[in-house]
Amino acid sequence: MLKVFSYVFQEVFRNRMLVFYSLFLFLLSSGLFYFGADSSKAVVSLLHVVLLVVPLLCIVFATIHYYNSLEFIELLLAQPVPRRRIFTGEYLGLSVAMTLALLTGLGLPVLFWDTSAASLFLLAMGVMLTFIFTSIAFFASVSSTDKSKGIGTALIIWFYYAVIFDGLVLLVLHYFSDYPLEKVVLVLTTLNPIDLARVFVLLKLDTSALMGYTGSLFQSFFGTIWGILFSLFFLLLWLVIPLWLSIRIFTRKDL
Amino acid sequence: MIHISGLNKSFGKQTVLNDISLEFSGGKVICLIGPNGSGKTTLIKCLLGLVIPDRGIVKMDTRDMLKDWTCRNAVGYMPQILRFPEQIRMKSVFELIKDFRSDFQNYDEELIESLGLNLIMQKKMGTLSGGTRQKVSAALAFLFRPSVLVLDEPTSGLDPVASEKLKNKIRKERQRGALTFITTHNMSEVEELADNVVFIVDGKIRFYKSVDTIMNETGEMKIGRGLAKLMEANGYA
Repeated sequence: MLKVFSYVFQEVFRNRMLVFYSLFLFLLSSGLFYFGADSSKAVVSLLHVVLLVVPLLCIVFATIHYYNSLEFIELLLAQPVPRRRIFTGEYLGLSVAMTLALLTGLGLPVLFWDTSAASLFLLAMGVMLTFIFTSIAFFASVSSTDKSKGIGTALIIWFYYAVIFDGLVLLVLHYFSDYPLEKVVLVLTTLNPIDLARVFVLLKLDTSALMGYTGSLFQSFFGTIWGILFSLFFLLLWLVIPLWLSIRIFTRKDL
Repeated sequence: MIHISGLNKSFGKQTVLNDISLEFSGGKVICLIGPNGSGKTTLIKCLLGLVIPDRGIVKMDTRDMLKDWTCRNAVGYMPQILRFPEQIRMKSVFELIKDFRSDFQNYDEELIESLGLNLIMQKKMGTLSGGTRQKVSAALAFLFRPSVLVLDEPTSGLDPVASEKLKNKIRKERQRGALTFITTHNMSEVEELADNVVFIVDGKIRFYKSVDTIMNETGEMKIGRGLAKLMEANGYA
């Protein structure tokens, strides 16, 4: 498995798209930290970009990588090795390479300009989302033999979590505004890994005070150690469930 | 050596393999022929565990090839088309594949040298032509002196010199006792290499005969013509 991991890692890490990704994050974050007067404002702006860009890149990159490697994966599967091991090697090689790209692009400026709790949390959530959305992308890829269908599904999943989901939550809040919704919102948040990551970082910033009653409820819940463990648990579920499903499909799949 | 019985596979509504039962012994070259989409590749992919059949048994001696992945220690596979990871050097590809059989030491590197791959080991796979990539996948298939070789249209993209070298290698491996499966559309290849011929149409075995039997039955001196006669009689469109 280690050899599979290292070949995927080398292949992906030398990819031009990943270099651009790293460079983009680097320029953006150093720019925001350098020109912004207030580093916590810079973190908020960075947060919005990271929450959109990291899942999108993981989804697109992982599905393209999967379909392009499919023929080689077929050759690997004809070797004396259980399928699960090939899959794990592919997944880890890809997500670790993406994580390293994130750490150079975002991590270095954070270490240099602002090592506040909020930026470190932002970095940690970036890593977490990388692993989660690579796992979701693999799930979309193994579920469909058709390349364009696989990439399409993956993009729809991204669009749903990055854009549509929040709209749906707002709709719920609007139509049921006469009822106490704080607990409902809490539950809804766990249904979207991007929202979980957002709450995680925002609560480390003073701006959470501006979020009204729900904000203070979130603060009193997610701010505690139990709240942190609770949201980490759901983030982990978002990683493990798609991964487990994809391994199940992959080990029973015709190639 | 390999025993297949009652093998069935369908993709959705389409039946690709229809109740296939075959018996193969070592030291033979088996050519699988049939029109495009007749199920040749699906059949050999069942041997490799790449396609999981709906029903049926595939056994290597006494071991279940469908369940026991260690069977593949004895199988060398050369796929039809192969895209390698582009950024990886040829050397690393060989190392990666060697790593799956880490206790094997006595590599057969004859093809690596005769096809001239040893001279371009440092090249990245993305820079190689289709033919050279095919040479790499041929060399990989023979690397572990397998007792079963599965070659999917092995010479289709190779130049005449390389293809002659590959055919010689196949003959040598037959001498050693290997069982070789070749899917092909090239009748001269069948003529040069085959001991037995399996003819598949629409996922059904139309005939499985030795070359001598085909010659005797059809009264033709050339296997190509004999096969053509038999194929027409067996519903080749």
